[in-house]
Amino acid sequence: MQYLSPTTVDDAVRLLSSQTGDCKVLAGGTDLLVRMRSGFAEPDSILDIKRIDELRRIAHDDGGWRVGAAVSGAEMGEHADLVADWPGVVEAVNLIGSTQIQGRATMAGNLCNASPAADSVPAMIAAGAVARIAGPDGIRDIAVTDVPTGPGKTCLKPGEFITSIWLPSRPDRSGDAYLRFIPRTEMDIAVVGCAVALTLDAGGTCTAARVSLGAVAPTAILVDAAADTLIGTTVDDTALDALARACSDAAKPIADKRGTVEFRVHVAGVLAKRAAIIAKTRAGGAP
Amino acid sequence: MSKIHVTTTINGDPVEYLCDAEDTLLDVLRDHLGLTGSKEGCGTGDCGACSVTVDGRLVCACLMLGAEAAGHEIGTIEGMAKGDQLHPLQQKFIEHAALQCGICTPGILVAAKSLLDHNPDPSEEETRYWLAGNLCRCTGYDKIIRAVLDAAKDMREAS
Repeated sequence: MQYLSPTTVDDAVRLLSSQTGDCKVLAGGTDLLVRMRSGFAEPDSILDIKRIDELRRIAHDDGGWRVGAAVSGAEMGEHADLVADWPGVVEAVNLIGSTQIQGRATMAGNLCNASPAADSVPAMIAAGAVARIAGPDGIRDIAVTDVPTGPGKTCLKPGEFITSIWLPSRPDRSGDAYLRFIPRTEMDIAVVGCAVALTLDAGGTCTAARVSLGAVAPTAILVDAAADTLIGTTVDDTALDALARACSDAAKPIADKRGTVEFRVHVAGVLAKRAAIIAKTRAGGAP
Repeated sequence: MSKIHVTTTINGDPVEYLCDAEDTLLDVLRDHLGLTGSKEGCGTGDCGACSVTVDGRLVCACLMLGAEAAGHEIGTIEGMAKGDQLHPLQQKFIEHAALQCGICTPGILVAAKSLLDHNPDPSEEETRYWLAGNLCRCTGYDKIIRAVLDAAKDMREAS
């Protein structure tokens, strides 16, 4: 195996396109090295993107935040301004694994690993995040919602890799939140995850919302019908009940050792309600 | 395949080594450099027995390639005591009997030191969450938590 560590995006693209064998992009490595060890991945080369300076930055961009693909979860959690704007996204990222994992794992890597239960993905989808992808044909931006195409599969074409995730500018009186159900208090994989991002007007009426569910379909899903139950309401009990029903209706999970279909369908609604209440409070609405 | 030449810093000392691309940092520490304090429990980042710091940040040495260490500052359990002088955490682990078989101990000490470097006055809950990635099958954790909190108290009073 060969280890490649380019220092610019252009060099990375060139190296990635010129590899004849299987070349895997290495960001935090907390999924890739585990897959290599267990024999699920046997790359001919590894392209480490952590030596590319611009991929290590969290920077203001177009009113929002651009989080480089090599930024660790711990670095996101320590960035007070990012946390103030997108607390739900950062809390979702910070739920992944242990302190040790947080020291390496990246949000872009969580997206590319394409687990249906990835914690950060519903939060990014609710936030309206956009992935920037570099490849032989140049740079393209694509909604995070469209990146995973199935368990372990993404829309990335050969020679492409994600360089950053952009989180939009957060309007006034907005808030987001992510909750997951796991049978323990930490260090586990989501049985169901739910993210809500919403905006209120001065009177406390919801003017915009995005709701996303994880671990209840082959990919994390954006649930427009759930968002519609919140928009135009004050996110009161009636709206929250409708939100829960819409999320349960949208959940199409499998049954496995971590949860039955019935349980996951029910919990999707419960988590949506709770996440919406947190998002509303963060947006400055009456609790 | 030619070996990769890596120049790095380990416990404050400049170190050079040759490794294969697939060698993890843990392989390098244990098999090439004889620093066997870091243990391999799972090899998949679940147990924390191989905890080290990279530029002051706690990571699992099994989830990082040896080649990735180039130019960074690595801290291992071997750098914790100063000669014969144990670190207060090490001393408290002995006093509280916070270990039995000892396999998890180096990783837990490195992780606990990293906690106290970040937060000299952690609550019990913060300590338990910080150490959630370090598994111990002997102690039941209570003695470990007590030792860490006691060491933190002494270190605050000493500073």
